[in-house]
Amino acid sequence: MIREIEEKIADIDAEMAKLSGSDQGASRLRYAQLVRDRSELLEACRDLSAGDKVYVARHAGRPGTADFINALITDFFECKGDRLCREDPSILGGVGFYHGLPVTVIGHRKGKDLQENMACNFGMPSPEGYRKAQRLMKQAEQFHRPIITFVDTPGAYPGLEAEAHGQGEAIASSLALMSSLTVPVISVIIGEGGSGGALALAVANKVLMLENAVYSVLSPEGFASILWKDSGRAGEAADVMKLTADDLLELDVIDQIIPEPLGGAHQNPAAVFSAVDRALYISLQQLLKLRSPAAHRYQKFRDMGLRYTVEARKDRT
Amino acid sequence: MNHIFLQRRAKLEQLQRQRGLREKAGVKRPEASVFEQCPACGAAVAKRDLARSLYVCPECGQHHKIGAYLRLSMLLDPHTFQELDEHLCSTDPLSFPNYEEKLAGLRHKTGLTEGVVTARGKINGRSVVAAVLDSSFLMGSMGIAVGEKITRAVEYAMRQKLPLIIFSASGGARMQEGILSLMQMAKTSAALDRFRSSGGLYISVFTHPTTGGVTASFASLGDYTLAEPGALIGFAGPRVIEQTIGQKLPEGFQSAEYLEEHGFVDQIVPRSRMRDVISQLLRLHQKGGKLHDS
Repeated sequence: MIREIEEKIADIDAEMAKLSGSDQGASRLRYAQLVRDRSELLEACRDLSAGDKVYVARHAGRPGTADFINALITDFFECKGDRLCREDPSILGGVGFYHGLPVTVIGHRKGKDLQENMACNFGMPSPEGYRKAQRLMKQAEQFHRPIITFVDTPGAYPGLEAEAHGQGEAIASSLALMSSLTVPVISVIIGEGGSGGALALAVANKVLMLENAVYSVLSPEGFASILWKDSGRAGEAADVMKLTADDLLELDVIDQIIPEPLGGAHQNPAAVFSAVDRALYISLQQLLKLRSPAAHRYQKFRDMGLRYTVEARKDRT
Repeated sequence: MNHIFLQRRAKLEQLQRQRGLREKAGVKRPEASVFEQCPACGAAVAKRDLARSLYVCPECGQHHKIGAYLRLSMLLDPHTFQELDEHLCSTDPLSFPNYEEKLAGLRHKTGLTEGVVTARGKINGRSVVAAVLDSSFLMGSMGIAVGEKITRAVEYAMRQKLPLIIFSASGGARMQEGILSLMQMAKTSAALDRFRSSGGLYISVFTHPTTGGVTASFASLGDYTLAEPGALIGFAGPRVIEQTIGQKLPEGFQSAEYLEEHGFVDQIVPRSRMRDVISQLLRLHQKGGKLHDS
C-alpha cells in the first residue's frame, strides 16, 4: 500500500515543483488542490502494516546515522579503523558533544548514494566494523563517556571474508563487552534492526525506537526462506514476526517509541531529529544518575522472554 | 505404577494403529537392519561397531551427529549425571501457527523437553557443569528456554565455583520465537562475561553443525575452544553465503579445520579423545598449583 502512496506523492511533488514558480490563478488553484491531495495521501499512512513499515524502514531517503550525528552532535571527531587490519565504513563511530557532554557515538552506516552504498556495503558490517566499535566502546569506558548507538542494518555481512575473519566471534565478543560496560549506553533503532548484526550495537540500558523502524531475529525474507522455503512470503513473515515498535514495546525488548511524521521519517527529517533529541536527552539524564549502569543493563537483558517459559513435566506433553 | 502401565499400553496401541495404517497404505516397514549407512562415505557399518567407535565411521572418520544424553554419557563419569532445569520449556510468544503442536510432537519423538540438556556431573572425579545442545530438537535452535537453561547453567557454575563445558550444535536463533530468541544471544553472552570476571573456566566445544546466533554468542566465548573434526562452524549458513556472493564455496570452507587455520579454535579433538582432553584442561586449572622441590 505504502508503495503506491509514495509514488503518488512523488508525482505530486514533481508537479508542485513545476507550478511553484507560476503566478497564474489557475496554477495557484491547482497548487492548493495538490497540497490537499498530498495531505490526504499522508493521512492514509496512519495505520501502516508491518510489511509497510519494513518498506519505510528501508527507504533510501530515510535519515541515517550520519544525519543524526550531523543534527545532534557538535564537534564530531570520527575515529576509523579496528587497529588490527582494516577500516570498515559500514560502522561509523567517533566522539563529540551532545548538549555539551562528551559522548561516544557509534552507528551503522548505509550511505546516501550508490557509490556510498557500495563503500558501506549497504550497512552490512564485517567483523572489522564490530571490532572498531568495541575499540571505541572501551575508549568511552576509559574516559567515562556515555555511549549512544544508532542501529540501522540489514544484518552482519554474510560473506566469505567475513566468515574467515570471524563474524561470529566479533558479534559474540561485542555482546559480552557491551553487557559489562561501566558507562551508560543508549541505543536508538532508527531503521532496520536486522538480527545479530543489529544486536551487536544494541545491548543498551535504554533502547529507543523510531515508530516505523523494525527490529527482528532475521529479515522477513530470511525468515520466510528458512521456515517456509519461500522468501516471496516476506510480507506474511513480517506480520507474524512481531517486528514493529508497538510489538517490541509489548515484549519489553524496547523501552520507548519515538513518533515519526506521517508517511515516515523521510517526509520531515527535522521533526524526527528534534523528537529523537528530546527522547535522548531525557533518557541520558536518567541514566547518568545510575550508580551501576552495568548491573542495570545486565538485569534488563537477564529477564528477557522469561515470561514465555514454563516448567512443564515431560509426561504431560 | 498403574499410570505407567496405562501409558505404555496407550503407546503400544498407537504403534499398532500406525503399523495398520502403513500396511493399508502399502508402505513397507523398513527391514530392521543391523547395519547403518555412513552419510559421508556410504559405507555400511554394523550398528554395534558404530556404537563402539562412539558413532565415528570406522571407514572415513566422519563424526556422526549424536544426541545430548548420549554425549553426556560419553563425557561424564558413570552415575554422576544430575540434570538441571529439565522441565523448563518455551511457550509461544509469537502465537506462531502450529508451533506448540510441533514442540509437543518433538518432545514425544525425541524424549527431550528442549534443544539443550544441562547437567552437573563429574569428569574423572572432578565436578563440572555441562550443557549439550541437541540438533534433533528443531536444529538445536536457541529459543527462550534454551537461552534460559544455558544462562542458569552458567549462573549455577558461578555460584558453585565449577568449570563449565558447553557442546554446541545449532542452526542459530529459533525463528518461531522471533526477537526474543535474538535476545538470548545477549543474555547468554552477558552471563558468560560475568562468569569470566568471577574467574570461572569455560570450555566451548563446537560440534557439527554450529551456525548463526549460537556461533555469534556463547559458543565463541570460550576460554578454550575445541571442535570435533569436520564440524561445520560459521555465522552465516553456506547456502546464504553462496546466494550473497553468487559463487560456489571452496571445499572445506567453514569446517573445523578451516576455523583452526584462521585462528578461532584452539584444537580439533576427535571424539575418542574429547573426555581426556577436557580432563587435561580441568587438571591444568586445578587450584593451588605449586612449584615442586627440585
